[in-house]
Amino acid sequence: MLKYLFNFIIFPGFLFTAAVGLVASWIDRKVTARIQWRVGPPWYQPLADLVKLSIKEIMIPRDSYKPAFLISPLIGLSAVILASTFVWLPNLELAKTGFTGDIIVIIYLLTLPAIAIILGASASGNPLASLGVSREIKLILAYELPFIICLLVPIIKSNGLLRLGELVVYQRMNGSFISSPSGILAILVAIFCMQAKLGLVPFDVSEAETEIMAGTHIEYSGILLAVLKLTRFMMMVVVPVFLTTVFWGGFSVWKYVVLLVIIILMRNTNPRLRIDQAVRFFWGKMAAIAVIAVLLSVLGE
Amino acid sequence: MSLKLKALTKSIWVYHLCTGGSCNNCDIEILDLLTPRFDVERFGIMLVGSIRHADALLVTGSLTLKALECVKRVYEQAPKPCLVIAIGSCACGQGVFANGPTTPNPVDSILPVDIYIPGCPPKPEAMIAGVVKLIGKLKEKK
Repeated sequence: MLKYLFNFIIFPGFLFTAAVGLVASWIDRKVTARIQWRVGPPWYQPLADLVKLSIKEIMIPRDSYKPAFLISPLIGLSAVILASTFVWLPNLELAKTGFTGDIIVIIYLLTLPAIAIILGASASGNPLASLGVSREIKLILAYELPFIICLLVPIIKSNGLLRLGELVVYQRMNGSFISSPSGILAILVAIFCMQAKLGLVPFDVSEAETEIMAGTHIEYSGILLAVLKLTRFMMMVVVPVFLTTVFWGGFSVWKYVVLLVIIILMRNTNPRLRIDQAVRFFWGKMAAIAVIAVLLSVLGE
Repeated sequence: MSLKLKALTKSIWVYHLCTGGSCNNCDIEILDLLTPRFDVERFGIMLVGSIRHADALLVTGSLTLKALECVKRVYEQAPKPCLVIAIGSCACGQGVFANGPTTPNPVDSILPVDIYIPGCPPKPEAMIAGVVKLIGKLKEKK
C-alpha cells in the first residue's frame, strides 16, 4: 500500500513526472527561442511561472458553474498522474507491474485531461471559452480515431498482448515494432496524434491565442491555471514515454529526446490549422495510413 | 516572502490594453519588445491573451469617455497583485489630447498606475528600463 502511494506521489508518479515535465517545457521554450534567434528564458522559468501563478488570486466568474469550474483542473491532473504511474512502472520493473488491459485504461486516462478542460471551460460561462470547447471536442473526435487504430498494430503484432509490461518484454525478445513497416507507419500516425493531444501548434485551435485569446483557459487564473499548465507539462512527458513503450521497445532517454525534438520542430515550422483542416487531416490521411498499418500487421509485416 | 517576490518579479505576464484613443504607435513599440533584438522572454516577460492570466497591465493611449468603463472593468477582472504600467505620453499625462473634449480623464485618475514610461512612442529600451525600475521599487517596498 505504502509502495503504491510512493509510486503514485513521488517517484514515477507526480513529483518525478512534474520535474521532468518542467525541464521538457523549458527545453521547448528555449529551443523555440533559439530557432527564432532569441536568447530564451532561463532554466527555472517554468517553475517560476508555476510558483507565481499559485500565489495569485483566483477569480471565479459570476456566470460560471462553480463546482465544475473548480474541480475540472484537478480531474485532469489526477488522470495524468495516474497515467504517468502506469506508463513509467512497466519500464522500470518490467512484467511485474500492471494488469491485463492496462493499455486500454491508459488510452482513457490520456483523454481525460482534454475532457476535464472541456468540462471546466464550458462551466466558465465565457463565449470565447465555449468556442474553444467546441474546437477541442472536434479535435478529440478527430485524433482519437487514428490514435486507437494505430495502437492496434502492436497488439496485433504481439498476438493480443494487452499489458504494457508484457509488450515491453515481447519487444525485448523479438525486436521493437518500429523495425517493421507497419510499426513505422503506426508511430508516424501516433506522433501526429501526440501533437494534437498535447495541443501544440499545428493543432492548437482550442487555445489559439491570437484568435480566441487562450480559448479554453481564458477564465482560469491563479493556482487553477497553474494546475492546467502543470497538466500540460506532464502530458509532454507521459505521451512520448507511452509511445516509446508501446512502439519502440521501452523507454530510454535518447528515444524521449528524439520524440521531444520532433514535437518542438513540428511546433516551430508549421502554421495553425483550421479545425476543418485538422479533422480532414486526421480522418482522411492519418486514418488511412493507420488502417494500412493495421492491414500490414495482420499480414505479418 | 522573498520566494514570493522572486517568483513575481521573474515571471511577469503582461496584458496589453489599448484604451481606445491610441494612435497604435506605442502598441507597435510594445510588440518590438518580443522580437529577437530585445527578447523580453529572457526575463520571463510574456504577452498573454487573457486578462485573467496577467500580472501587469500595459496601458497605452489617451483614455476616451467610451473606453472609461471598459478600462475599469478590465482592471477589476485582473487577479491581484496586478501592476499597472502606463506607456507613452498619452497614458502618462494626456499628451496632445490634454484639452480634448472626449478625453477629459487621465489614466491615473481611475487606475493605480505603478510606473510611467513617457515618450511618443517610448523606445523599447526605455520600456525595459522602466520595468527594471519597477522591479527595484517592488523589492524596496517588501
